[in-house]
Amino acid sequence: MYSYTDFDTAFVAERNAQFRAQVERRIDGSLTEDEFKPLRLMNGLYLQLHAYMLRVAIPYGTINSRQMHQLAYIADRWDKGYGHFTTRQNIQFNWPNLRDVPDMLDALAEVQMHAIQTSGNTIRNVTADHFAGAAADEIADPRPVAELIRQWSTDHPEFQFLPRKFKVAVTGSPNDRAVTRAHDIGLRMIERDGRAGFEVIVGGGLGRTPMIGKVLKDFLPQEDLLPYLEAIVSVYNLLGRRDNKYKARIKITVHEHGINDIRARVEERFTLIRAQFTGVDQQMLTAIEADFAAPDFKEKSLAGFEAAYTNDPVFRSWVDTNVIDHRAHGYAIASISLKAHGKTPGDASSEQMRIMADIAQDYAHDELRISHEQNVILPHVHKADLPKVHAALAKAGLATANIGLISDIIACPGMDYCALATARSIPIAQEIATRFDALKLEHDIGPLKIKISGCINACGHHHVGHIGILGLDRAGVESYQITLGGDGTEDAAIGERAGPGFSAEDILPAIERIVDTYLKVRTEPSETFLQTYQRLGLAPFKAALYPEVQADAA
Amino acid sequence: MPKTFTPKVITANHLLQGDVIYQTETGWTRTLSQAEVLTDEAHADLRLIEASQQTSEVVGVYLADVDVLNGTPKPAHFREDFRARGPSNYAHGKQEELTNV
Repeated sequence: MYSYTDFDTAFVAERNAQFRAQVERRIDGSLTEDEFKPLRLMNGLYLQLHAYMLRVAIPYGTINSRQMHQLAYIADRWDKGYGHFTTRQNIQFNWPNLRDVPDMLDALAEVQMHAIQTSGNTIRNVTADHFAGAAADEIADPRPVAELIRQWSTDHPEFQFLPRKFKVAVTGSPNDRAVTRAHDIGLRMIERDGRAGFEVIVGGGLGRTPMIGKVLKDFLPQEDLLPYLEAIVSVYNLLGRRDNKYKARIKITVHEHGINDIRARVEERFTLIRAQFTGVDQQMLTAIEADFAAPDFKEKSLAGFEAAYTNDPVFRSWVDTNVIDHRAHGYAIASISLKAHGKTPGDASSEQMRIMADIAQDYAHDELRISHEQNVILPHVHKADLPKVHAALAKAGLATANIGLISDIIACPGMDYCALATARSIPIAQEIATRFDALKLEHDIGPLKIKISGCINACGHHHVGHIGILGLDRAGVESYQITLGGDGTEDAAIGERAGPGFSAEDILPAIERIVDTYLKVRTEPSETFLQTYQRLGLAPFKAALYPEVQADAA
Repeated sequence: MPKTFTPKVITANHLLQGDVIYQTETGWTRTLSQAEVLTDEAHADLRLIEASQQTSEVVGVYLADVDVLNGTPKPAHFREDFRARGPSNYAHGKQEELTNV
């Protein structure tokens, strides 16, 4: 994986020194909160409901065991012994004191990590397919490109005060696991006539006004990537609305001006600036690519794996649910669920972090990934080692076999932590997971993605959940609105609102009615919830959700 | 008709710890029940201005509605209830530590 150059090390150290001085000046009264706030946000520090929160970037979700150990150390030394993995491949510490944050940032820098541009109106942490470099369906590893974009966007002088935040995601596979169509810019690596390039998608986003991204360029040659990105962000920087926060994202700019107008402006800007990119960027990309060389895959006997798979039903269930094929022979990609039934989605204790780090070091070529679905991935595990990996995970409460199932719920922190939230998310996720675990139904239900957001900003991606739940404040009471049929993949779709919201007490029974209906109306067990929804639409689910309305109409 | 002024307290986050604090008649407390209850609008506005000037100690000062039960302020809205207690998934925040500033 990528290793900092001397330039990177010096840059992060200088930023940390600057921020340390800024914190001191805030504490001694030289800076007001209005002056300090944009500075702290630039360095990932929020002030939330109960405390400060430090959001640390895990670029394109890739992390090694040493870094994971350091996150555990930070959690123990300056926080409450845990961290929360987010839907944008970041980790959040929920309880730091202001005075300690400079030390936390220095501790991160020791392992080549930082919190730069994890907040503020800048280009945020670049995300990528969490199976990058391992997926069997991959055309190319998206991480070198993601790293190049990170280097280009970090402290980019033109893009430090954009109209609003700006999120970029990259996938190297036709099966989109990076939700590229719901990003400000989504990049899909493709090939045309033997040439590497990108399909460039722009103007996707969830939040208050959910939109699926539109194709700005169907094929962009690889060497044009940075000047073209610079052209897009530059056009947005001038054109994006600064008069209204709710209309400031590029999705609104694209919507208001039309994709053709935006394309013409981007092409014009691109022509103007193309020559400034002399090819140094491509030389840098080549150097970065060397850092992402595939590990030295081994050949091992599969006899032990096959015996365990045949004889141990718990192991078999975990393999069937959490493990998928790898591009290398004999290898697998194993997902570690951070969704144990009844626990907080995306949370890992420092002890669990250490155990995952040790497993990665011993059995997974020292690599871990964080997924936008708030799980951890071991991207390169030989199948021969899976029984040992599973046993080690099980001891730490990390072997829940529920990836992609109803209890593998995305949930934002919601009103338990977030200052913007209008309702809680976490307890709703805990209740749903606990209930369906008790019913022992989730494997029968099959693939079903529930995504919960505690406010309209949609950090929990509810619009693209097969079942989406949005928590709102209705006249001083928590109320939960359901959307159905959302999809975050290459066939991205925004879910359809089912009807009036439900109270915190009524939301679990409502979800059960949806699932019961699905189980009754699916043609066969292999027809997934989403397929059933696409075949039948909202009607049968609406009837189950609002029986009183049906009764009135009868 | 002007809206009737309902009882309020002044709340903010502490600059250093970031936790929730409430204004008392003489300073700040971490415990809502010890907060100064404001029932007069003009007085509340004045106290808000005074609180907002303490920028080296507190962040994000605002007036929060409370219900007064037997002379003790209780959160009027669920958001303030969470702020006064802590998150629901762990026994962290105020529910584990109730001490004065």
